[in-house]
Amino acid sequence: MTEWRPPFALVGAWLGLLALLALTVTLAYAPLGAANAVVALGIGTIKAMLVAAIFMELRHRSGLTLIFAGAGLFWLGILLWLGSMDFLTRT
Amino acid sequence: MSDKNYLTTDYTLRSWFLTTDHKRIAILYFASLIFFFFIGGAAATAIRIELATPQADLVSSDVYNRLFTMHGIIMVWFFLIPSIPNTLGNFVVPLMIGARDLAFPRLNLMSWYIFMLGGCITLFAILAGGVDTGWTFYTPFSTLYSNSYVIVAAAGVFIAGFSSILTGLNFIVTIHRLRAPGLTWYRLPLFLWSLYATSVILVLATPVLAITLLLMATERFFGVGIFDPRIGGDPLLFQHLFWFYSHPAVYIMILPGMGVINELVSCFSRKEVFGYKFVAWCSVAIAAVGFLVWGHHMFVSGQSLVASLVFSFMSFIVAVPSAIKVFNWTATLHKGSIHFDAPMLYALAFIGLFTIGGLTGLFLACLAFDVHATDTYFVVAHFHYIMVGGMVTAYFGGLHYWWPKITGRLYSEYWARTAAVLIFFGFNLTFFPQFILGAEGMPRRYHVYPPEFQVWNVLSSGGAAILAVAYLMPLFYLGYSAFHGRRAPANPWNAPGLEWQTSSPPPEFNFASQPVVTRAPYQYNEHFQAEPQNA
Ligand code: HEM
Ligand SMILES: [Cu+2]
Repeated sequence: MTEWRPPFALVGAWLGLLALLALTVTLAYAPLGAANAVVALGIGTIKAMLVAAIFMELRHRSGLTLIFAGAGLFWLGILLWLGSMDFLTRT
Repeated sequence: MSDKNYLTTDYTLRSWFLTTDHKRIAILYFASLIFFFFIGGAAATAIRIELATPQADLVSSDVYNRLFTMHGIIMVWFFLIPSIPNTLGNFVVPLMIGARDLAFPRLNLMSWYIFMLGGCITLFAILAGGVDTGWTFYTPFSTLYSNSYVIVAAAGVFIAGFSSILTGLNFIVTIHRLRAPGLTWYRLPLFLWSLYATSVILVLATPVLAITLLLMATERFFGVGIFDPRIGGDPLLFQHLFWFYSHPAVYIMILPGMGVINELVSCFSRKEVFGYKFVAWCSVAIAAVGFLVWGHHMFVSGQSLVASLVFSFMSFIVAVPSAIKVFNWTATLHKGSIHFDAPMLYALAFIGLFTIGGLTGLFLACLAFDVHATDTYFVVAHFHYIMVGGMVTAYFGGLHYWWPKITGRLYSEYWARTAAVLIFFGFNLTFFPQFILGAEGMPRRYHVYPPEFQVWNVLSSGGAAILAVAYLMPLFYLGYSAFHGRRAPANPWNAPGLEWQTSSPPPEFNFASQPVVTRAPYQYNEHFQAEPQNA
């Protein structure tokens, strides 16, 4: 047990997330207009994928697990899509 | 053959409360659910007594609000959602697939403890003063105005949600990994297809409820603007999140019931289920489309017209797989050799009541009609036809069907049939008048009403009294049979399912040797010409 060191992948992913966080914060102040939201969401997606692939260890998993993980994401997408459709079309 | 079975291996309390045997855990759930059913039922009785007259002569408006809230919260989260999956499902899933237990037996026991913890917290909220928001906890009332125990009750529901998620996971893994050799997906009993679809909903939808309740608590405690428009929130967001869980949840409540009906209808018409693959995939379709229709609860909430139209359209689509199932049950009955044993009476009642409930769902899915009917007794009648007429009836049917397996005893056919008929009669007398009341415009959740509505309300309350007696009857004849009933043979109905291939009650690890499956399910015609032995 005393020999244990955190796997490189975990530490790397963590540092990567911190770097992306710094990037998000910085870019939030950059005057990009409507692109600000797009950039923030894009970086958010990359972060989520890092978490799923490395912390949730989905990169080593079988097809079935991936299907269930994907389904969860898909249903989250539906919630956001239909929910925001109401919001965007309110008069 | 020794007479050791799962009930007689050990008699200590410790052996019950620390058991990891899925059959004993099913019994723990069974006892807890009877308890919750009675609490919810007591509240319903008080509501119906109050409504027998137009004036407020039994309770004040404040107490009335607390009564229907308590009724809804207890019945939905502490009876209907866990009922069939956690009692009948827990008992028969491993038996039906030829396994020794569920995939995670300790997790199964933990789910029960979590469920009881959630139940006790919610009960505490009710005893400490009650909640008056309705079971839907709508904001801004629940976050700004109600000074009742909303957060405590919500915490109980939040905790019980983890029990649902864990049970769902347990079933999914069990059905994937522990099927007996030869038990392919298309040889799986349809009850298991429906429990599988239910489990997927449990796992995918319940977290949204948990998050919603957490957000509600965050807003109440810390004043973070999530739902309150004055501090930047959106009250409709709550309804979106709530119904994103709660519409799928109504299918958590009905899909297992549909699964039970497949077993009953084929057994008591001695026929294969008509269109097995269609019925199986309809469960999956219901689970999937059920996630797309939550906005039909929000037609008058102020959501956009575009959204309402989309949700209205999707609601018609979700009715299709349900209708297919009804047609398939009817086709299974067609030219069957029908036996009117008690479980079959419950199944037939289910088909009739579910059809009325489903069809009136289509009325409500029509935008224009729903604007008239929202928050009237029409909606109340609609969902009670499905959840009480459907689910509770299916639960009783399944209970009678598997009772000889669970207890090793036979109950009185005479009393069981009488109770089934009384339930059907009492149910219709209670809830059919509510369609009329709703169409005439009587709003729900009021305890006083104009005198012209009294006739239908008196009929409804009278029906409720009959229904109450009918629901109490099984407690007596089933309770009696558990101790004094005739010994049940291993397979009293002469059914081909694996659960009947072991003794009644089953031994601790279910099967003496690993069963192997060599044929499709429901092969009554080929191998089981014989009649049920239980007549
Ligand atoms: C067959 C397809 C179904 C359709 C098209 C349908 C449609 C609807 C609609 C449009 C409403 C909203 C009415 C309103 O609030 O104004 C509603 C309410 C409701 N339905 Fe259904 N429904 C269906 C099946 C079910 C099932 C299977 C269940 C339960 C197992 C169920 C339980 C409920 C409940 C509990 C409510 C009212 C919730 C509340 O406001 O407290 N429905 N249904
Ligand atoms: Cu709904």
